[in-house]
Amino acid sequence: MSKPRYERPVLIRHEAGLMNKFGRVQALRPLTEIDGAAVDELVAAYGSPLFVFSERTLVERARELKEAFARRWPRVRLAWSYKTNYLGGICRIFHREGAFAEVVSDFEYDKALGLGVPPDHIHWNGPYKTDAALTRALAGGAIVHLDHFDELAAAERIAERLDLRPSVALRISLSVEGVPEWSRFGFHLESGQARDAVARLVAGNRLELVGLHCHLGTFIADVRAYGEQARKLARLANEIRERHGVRLGFIDIGGGFASHNTLKEQYLPGTQATPPFSRYAEAVIEGLCELTCPAREQPLLVLETGRALVDDAGTLIATVHANKRLPDGRRGVVLDAGVNVLFTAFWYRHDVVPCQETHGTPEPTVLFGPLCMNIDVIRDSLLLPPLQVGDRIALRNCGAYNVTQWMQFITYRPAVVLVGDGGRHALLRRCETLDDVVGPEQTPPWL
Amino acid sequence: MGATDKLKDLALSESGFVFDPYTGSTFSANDTGRKILDGLRRGLDRDAIAAELRQGWDGVPDDLGRDIDDFVLLLRRQHLLPPDFSL
Repeated sequence: MSKPRYERPVLIRHEAGLMNKFGRVQALRPLTEIDGAAVDELVAAYGSPLFVFSERTLVERARELKEAFARRWPRVRLAWSYKTNYLGGICRIFHREGAFAEVVSDFEYDKALGLGVPPDHIHWNGPYKTDAALTRALAGGAIVHLDHFDELAAAERIAERLDLRPSVALRISLSVEGVPEWSRFGFHLESGQARDAVARLVAGNRLELVGLHCHLGTFIADVRAYGEQARKLARLANEIRERHGVRLGFIDIGGGFASHNTLKEQYLPGTQATPPFSRYAEAVIEGLCELTCPAREQPLLVLETGRALVDDAGTLIATVHANKRLPDGRRGVVLDAGVNVLFTAFWYRHDVVPCQETHGTPEPTVLFGPLCMNIDVIRDSLLLPPLQVGDRIALRNCGAYNVTQWMQFITYRPAVVLVGDGGRHALLRRCETLDDVVGPEQTPPWL
Repeated sequence: MGATDKLKDLALSESGFVFDPYTGSTFSANDTGRKILDGLRRGLDRDAIAAELRQGWDGVPDDLGRDIDDFVLLLRRQHLLPPDFSL
């Protein structure tokens, strides 16, 4: 009779009556491939850690979003949120699907232009646009979303200087029950500031008001918030039409839809708690039905959905460097990927899946990164089967914000690859080298 | 009370269910954990416990002593062994 396979010895205390703070056992089925590309092959080709994006998931999510809204509203536009992920290859996929660009800086504007996006297909948001940037945007025909009165005045000055009558939108902030108010952006609705801005813009007679924009917040899983937002924007649009005779070309509801990630304070996992796009669409369109204009004059609906499109498409593959037993009894696992590349580990309990068969009893585990910093914790409590040095794990839903907010800190930033049809794969961004880091440095001549 | 006396008073089932009669706490041990517990209750040292594990299981790692020490740390942590106990 053959002997059983050895498992590392474990002893787990029963916590009767308490909510299981470690959550469900992770990953009974290993993730050995991504869209037909073997994880081992990807790591052998590009190294570890490694961000892997699924082209299929990106396209499916973009189409799912567009269809959910287009079934309910005649004219819908997606403006791809560059800050969520501005890797050229990722942006190209969304532009190929018909998306405009949504940018918030000179750098992002240049990046969009460099990818071949015409200026009039670029929405330019954000509270900081220099005169030089505004001049380029207005002269080029970009769709500028004005954030404050100083910017409105600057846009008027530039329009006068250039002898143009550019089309602009106003960013509106508003209150919705259950959502923290982002009042630092745009013109506030309930205080009357938004109406003042409209009156000011119309009276100035230098700019053409073509749109209203509001971005409620981030990772909002309660679709009713979007219904309320759309209702308030529709009522404001009605008022603008009645008072000023302005027929708006678009209403932009911003982004903020939840991905399938799980926030740290969230009880249910994102796979259960996150609404499908169709429910967001139902809520938004119900709100927009408050518009009183004739059907043929209904404004275009603009979506700036970022996270919910790209998050699920990104996976971070990491390798186990060491195991250790912590004084509190938990198992500590040191990975080669830390919070410097997985910034979102501060917000989410990322799903963790081993990339090979595992054997043994799952036990409470902490996942540490490689940084010599106490904050470098990828997951602070989860049940994982034993992992050996050299084993790989996949951290899922990492596609949003990580490859834009990651830091060059202590280690190089890793490679990013795209997996396409039939498991073919190619680099989106190579791993950094020493030259990338020290290249911009200068040595003062007296040193 | 000897260092491992408390272990001898534990109720330990074949399936790895462990009951501590002093505190009412219960635990689950896997098969290798149960084997180490059993060895400690019988007063075996590290080498003897390691030999029993090698005899009973396939694929035992070379650094088995580390796993045994880790498990002893868990027992200390759960107050089933005195804080200064080591093999």
